[in-house]
Amino acid sequence: MSVGKSIKRVDAFDKVTGRAQYTADLCDERALIAKVLPSTIAHGRVKSMDTSEAEKVKGVVKVITCFEVPQVPFPTAGHPWTTDPEHQDIADRLLLNEHVRYYGDEIALVIAEDEISAKQALDKIMVEYEEYPHVLDPLESMKPGAPLIHEEISPNNVLASSSSRVGNYEEAIKEEGLTKVEGWYHLPTVQHAHLEPNVCYAYMEKERVVVVTSTQIPHIVRRVVGQANCLPWGDVRIVKPYIGGGFGNKQDALWEPLCAFASRSVGGRLVMIDTTREETFVNNRVRHSMHAHLTSWLRPDGSLVARKLKLYSDQGAYASHGHSVTAKAMGSVNQIYPCDNFEADSYTVYTNKQVGGAMRAYGMPQATFFTEAHTEDICQKMNLDPLEFRRKNSMPEGYVDDFSKNVNYYDTYNQLMDKAIEMTDYEEKRKLYAQPQTGPVRRGIGMSLFWYNTGVWPISIETSACRMVLNQDGSIQLQLGETEIGQGADTAFSQMAASAVGIPVEDVNIVSTQDTDVTPFGLGAYASRQTYVAGFSINQTGTLLKERILQNAHRYVRMPVELLDLVNGKIVRKSDGKELMSLCDLALNVLYCHEQGNHITAESTYQVKSNAYSFGVSVAEVEIDIPLCKVEILDICNVHDAGNLINPQTAEAQVHGGMSMSIGYGLYEQLLYDEETGRVLNDNLLDYKLSTSMDHPDMKVAFIENTEPTSPFGTRALGEPPACSPAVAIRNAILQATGVPFNTLPITPQRLYEGFAEAGLLESDFETNSRREHYDRTRDELNHKSQETA
Amino acid sequence: MKYDIKKLYEAGSLDEAISLLEEHPEAKIIAGGSDILISVRAGELAGCTLVSIYGLDDLRGVTLETDGTIRIGSLTSFSNIARNEIINKYIPYLGEAAGSVGGPQVRNIGTIGGNTCNGVTSADTASTLLALDAILEVKGKDGYRSIPIKDWYIKSKLVDLKPTEVQTSILIPKESYEGYFGNYYKYSMRHAMDIATCGCSVNVKLSADKKTVEDVRIAYGVAGPVPLRATTAEAAVKGRAVDLDMLELFSEKVKDDINPRTSWRASKEFRTHLMTELARRCLTESIRRSGGIFQ
Amino acid sequence: MSDIQYKEITFTVNGKERSVMIDVRSSLLEVLRNKLHLHSVKKGCEVGECGACTVLIDGEPFDSCIYLAVWAEGKDILTVEGLMGADGSISDIQQAFIDEAAVQCGFCTPGLIMTSYSILADGKRYTRDELRQKLAGNMCRCTGYHNIINAVENIMLKRIEEAEVKDS
Repeated sequence: MSVGKSIKRVDAFDKVTGRAQYTADLCDERALIAKVLPSTIAHGRVKSMDTSEAEKVKGVVKVITCFEVPQVPFPTAGHPWTTDPEHQDIADRLLLNEHVRYYGDEIALVIAEDEISAKQALDKIMVEYEEYPHVLDPLESMKPGAPLIHEEISPNNVLASSSSRVGNYEEAIKEEGLTKVEGWYHLPTVQHAHLEPNVCYAYMEKERVVVVTSTQIPHIVRRVVGQANCLPWGDVRIVKPYIGGGFGNKQDALWEPLCAFASRSVGGRLVMIDTTREETFVNNRVRHSMHAHLTSWLRPDGSLVARKLKLYSDQGAYASHGHSVTAKAMGSVNQIYPCDNFEADSYTVYTNKQVGGAMRAYGMPQATFFTEAHTEDICQKMNLDPLEFRRKNSMPEGYVDDFSKNVNYYDTYNQLMDKAIEMTDYEEKRKLYAQPQTGPVRRGIGMSLFWYNTGVWPISIETSACRMVLNQDGSIQLQLGETEIGQGADTAFSQMAASAVGIPVEDVNIVSTQDTDVTPFGLGAYASRQTYVAGFSINQTGTLLKERILQNAHRYVRMPVELLDLVNGKIVRKSDGKELMSLCDLALNVLYCHEQGNHITAESTYQVKSNAYSFGVSVAEVEIDIPLCKVEILDICNVHDAGNLINPQTAEAQVHGGMSMSIGYGLYEQLLYDEETGRVLNDNLLDYKLSTSMDHPDMKVAFIENTEPTSPFGTRALGEPPACSPAVAIRNAILQATGVPFNTLPITPQRLYEGFAEAGLLESDFETNSRREHYDRTRDELNHKSQETA
Repeated sequence: MKYDIKKLYEAGSLDEAISLLEEHPEAKIIAGGSDILISVRAGELAGCTLVSIYGLDDLRGVTLETDGTIRIGSLTSFSNIARNEIINKYIPYLGEAAGSVGGPQVRNIGTIGGNTCNGVTSADTASTLLALDAILEVKGKDGYRSIPIKDWYIKSKLVDLKPTEVQTSILIPKESYEGYFGNYYKYSMRHAMDIATCGCSVNVKLSADKKTVEDVRIAYGVAGPVPLRATTAEAAVKGRAVDLDMLELFSEKVKDDINPRTSWRASKEFRTHLMTELARRCLTESIRRSGGIFQ
Repeated sequence: MSDIQYKEITFTVNGKERSVMIDVRSSLLEVLRNKLHLHSVKKGCEVGECGACTVLIDGEPFDSCIYLAVWAEGKDILTVEGLMGADGSISDIQQAFIDEAAVQCGFCTPGLIMTSYSILADGKRYTRDELRQKLAGNMCRCTGYHNIINAVENIMLKRIEEAEVKDS
């Protein structure tokens, strides 16, 4: 069995040698270059555009304006399609937009022989706008009289809303002796910042258009390119090579529809859209900014009686994934801490900002933050032990969810917390840091649970198709529509296929590239679905292939198929394991057999109608230099229950990456806006504070491997979950250290300054006394060091 | 990736660079490119003419002159300054400042000359050079000029360098560093690859018994449109004993000199708070490095 | 648009002397990728902020995106392609990136390997924090740097150990 082993990534050699080909590496250097003209207003209409000077620039092939594209709105979200019009993604976007809805919105396209000519031409396009007021906050955008962003879709800018009602909130809160705790929590707009900027190129073969692109979802992109270009979907071919990270940004049709249109506009010539880092920030997708108001009613013993949530999500200018993200965030609150009386309303609201889409953990980083920050706010107000609160109120073993039918099969949260406590000395440190701290430098430790699920069933369809082709030497080609985006999917698929078929993993050749002309249908990388969902189709197809192999073996070994097995690439007798024939010999003989030559292959589709919980916990220990307004993470730990691990080493690596992203969410990252113009101020890696190797410490990771009963490989979601809880564990650690609750992310030095100033920690009397005490305490140490220097 | 450059001239010698600048007064000097190329790409300098002085190896390196002056060639990279023996022996805090710029790759290409010619307040080496009373040497067709750094900065992004002149060296006179110990603190949002929210450079000279502040110099980046000295604070503590009251006075007095502004990167109030805190910390650290005795 | 200015440059790339006619407006990144087809050199930001295009110039790491190609005249350039031996063998650093699962999407990997190569060239012992500082010019969004630092540290220690064995 190769499943469960830390084999080396199947793509690692190609990636360390520079041999791995990404989209830009594959594009012929003679490609025409297309560049978009971004709007210089956040909201309004393009009244007219003069492209005559731009067209005169040497090297310019064609200029396309927003007045020349099909007036057929299309959806972009990387969701599985549905034939039910009621549940289809909202189509609110054109290839180029005359109604400008954010600063940087794409209003024209220049196609030129080289990048410099294209840029020079962009500078020469004269645009006349009719400017409208813009709105940058969902709460403002919902107010009557706010400028309407999509008047044809929504009369009040609310893209969609939904509610959840469990029990009876109003009745429940009448119970005597309850304590009410409420708070607002604010989450920033952040971006995926994958290292490879978005890039694609398109050309035509016969009457069809081919787009090679850095995407997570080739089959979905094929559909959207067809919809946007008014083409039959079969007239579109999408090829996905290696991609330099996606994290959900590339779970959307981004530039592909426009690139296909550009190529078709110049006779099918090769056209590349190779975006800049700035465009990657401004014109793609972001994680939704949210405002959440959470109210909880508790008995003195800390048991939850009733809860109410109001959630406002900033969709930005176009629908993309829209309310799905917000609805998932809303739903999670009553999963992590099931409460008998729960009332929630959520709104996804258009604003004149970057478009909210999918980003690693799809609403959960936001929801985990407000849920678990609120947990500690409750405990602070009621003087409860947060660990006890979590043990008492978190989802218990045996819990069944009405909607997804998910079951919590184990006492997972307690197991996870126990492990994390052991790894971080949480309880001792919690006690130690609870002692009064008076100096300028203080410490704290904090915790957070998270809740996740696996894939999108039952909200959407979950299918995966798999093809296996046996080669003459007993090895196989493995093909799936599910994509490698850096997470290690190809390696996990290879391991599962080897186990399902009964061959060594070295004999599995995974075809990493998806080409919608030849790759079986699959939906791609999102919702941490692939290992779980593809596991079913790999298992089913592997079983099918093995049956066919054994049926063919029957001709040579003359034993009934039911007495045969395929183990580690050998045909064996089940009863005693005796090796009868190698798969290599069998494959060669069967393929070239004079009497009955046969190419052994298998292909099947599996529709998954189950889902699986995936849980975890974070603990963070911090040191705060109060006068310097700086946080240092001393220790950080994640423990996950992702079921049985397919590859423990790559699983751990996934967790590192998610934790790093969440540390950034907690302390560093946010897109900032100029209120006046709506322009993004920090659309580059200097001002958008992506963590460097110096910005966080080593990370501790552990797993509890409770087998997932619904999965053929006992596994469940892991790709996104690590990005849920570290940020709020850090926030809770800062709360313990300083007593100051920071309810807006990221907790930057500026916010620490404001929070500490408001709490009186920087007041001169207090500060002077604290400093005098500190100076008295440290003087000897200073002099000692000083003497050493001298 | 190509840059929208109208014409590129590569100077083979300093004099050739100067004549090229005389011939093409609209041209910009490119030394390492970490500022200029970014401006070309961003469009601010798109279509410009450049005179490259990258090849002028005579302008690289650090030397100790016979009178004790430390001469730093303007094209010396930040990495070379950070690991230079002369710098580390006499003015290690300039090495600290150079070592805090961006990341390793940027420090390999970025030059100290560029860091002072761009006239940017956040430039990491600029505050330390200001705190060292450095002298900038420039050459034009009429020969060399020396400009004390306090007169170098005219306003944000404008320095006392004519379009036809090249900065050749940065000089640190012996009296500026002999007997002084210092340090540079870069306050930024990340630990690397960042610009300073506030930079603070302090150096101090103590009395022989290490108990009194004989002289102190403090300069800030981002405390105003150009790097600036906090002379009121300096004057207030000269001759004072090394104790907490002196440190408090020093940090309080810098408020009279600094004038940071609110931007989306940080508020004036926060920067002011930081600058007072850093004054105290950097002076404490400088005294410690001087072998000072805290009372 | 004025006429394009060309210049022939001669430099050593991955151990081999090359003469290339270039448009003087080209970055070194452009020449390495599009003229010499060294696709390990990745374009991540074009402004020296991400390190994906890191190559060694005379042994030191530089962002090739903000380095004019004309400046490479006479220089010795090394990219990841140059680390492969004639027999297809790879360097110990590359192998460590594989073994430590320091590779995910792989886009930052060639740049990080080149920076690591230059860090380890002097055979010195660095602390983990020093390694972090020396790697700080290469951004990675997938790994949180944890396994990358492990890989570099392991090879550093292994080489020091081997050198010590040799000396004794």
